[in-house]
Amino acid sequence: MLDYVLKGGDFDTAGEASSKIKRILQQIGVRSDVIRRIAISSYEAEMNVIIHAYSGVLRASIYPDRTELSVADEGPGIADIDLAMQEGYSTAPDHIREMGFGAGMGLPNMARCSDEFSINSVAGEGMKINILIRHS
Amino acid sequence: MKLADVQKILRAEVICGAEYLDGEVRSACGADLMSDVLVHSKEKTLLLTGLTNIQIIRTAEMGDLVGIVLVRGKRPGQDVIQMAESKGIPVMVTSLPMFESCGMLYNHGIKGCSELVTACES
Repeated sequence: MLDYVLKGGDFDTAGEASSKIKRILQQIGVRSDVIRRIAISSYEAEMNVIIHAYSGVLRASIYPDRTELSVADEGPGIADIDLAMQEGYSTAPDHIREMGFGAGMGLPNMARCSDEFSINSVAGEGMKINILIRHS
Repeated sequence: MKLADVQKILRAEVICGAEYLDGEVRSACGADLMSDVLVHSKEKTLLLTGLTNIQIIRTAEMGDLVGIVLVRGKRPGQDVIQMAESKGIPVMVTSLPMFESCGMLYNHGIKGCSELVTACES
């Protein structure tokens, strides 16, 4: 089990945790197309915290047959999850979009790459995302 | 097609990763929104973009992209070059704009990501 602490607004190291997770999965010989799905989900989840939250923790639990990612953050949370899951819906400000993010594709993209996906949020407090991806 | 062919077609300058120019390009994606790239690209996709920040390297790393072409003559900063080198991701710069770069590669037979999906599924 690997825990990575994420800090909101820290764009310089954004993606570093996902990069480490990807390397470990490569070392243990997980199929490359599966690694790609895990890495994309993890990266989107990481960017989500960096863009929207004050702080968060990304936890990767790697088992022989599956990888589970959980991301819990402290931040504004999401008032309307159905709306946030719609492709193209985003509350990211312009300076985030200028960096190539905030397209409103992050949450749907995580769901698309996952075998199991759940999201819980209390508006004003934060959110938690659970992702499961099977290795075969 | 190989990355070396892309370099010739776009008259691009290789910024880093010259040792990877024999890498095979299966498809290409022109975008400035990295989430869109992660949604639509496949492995061995070439990314054409006008962005020059560090997230283009992360996106290429996570999405197993084959390389990055920066369009409109945009040059990356030293931090971006260093990260591309450490991740083994080739980066080139062309003075051509996005539309023309994509059009020239398409004319030379590089498929878009949607066509690649159709081809795989059929």
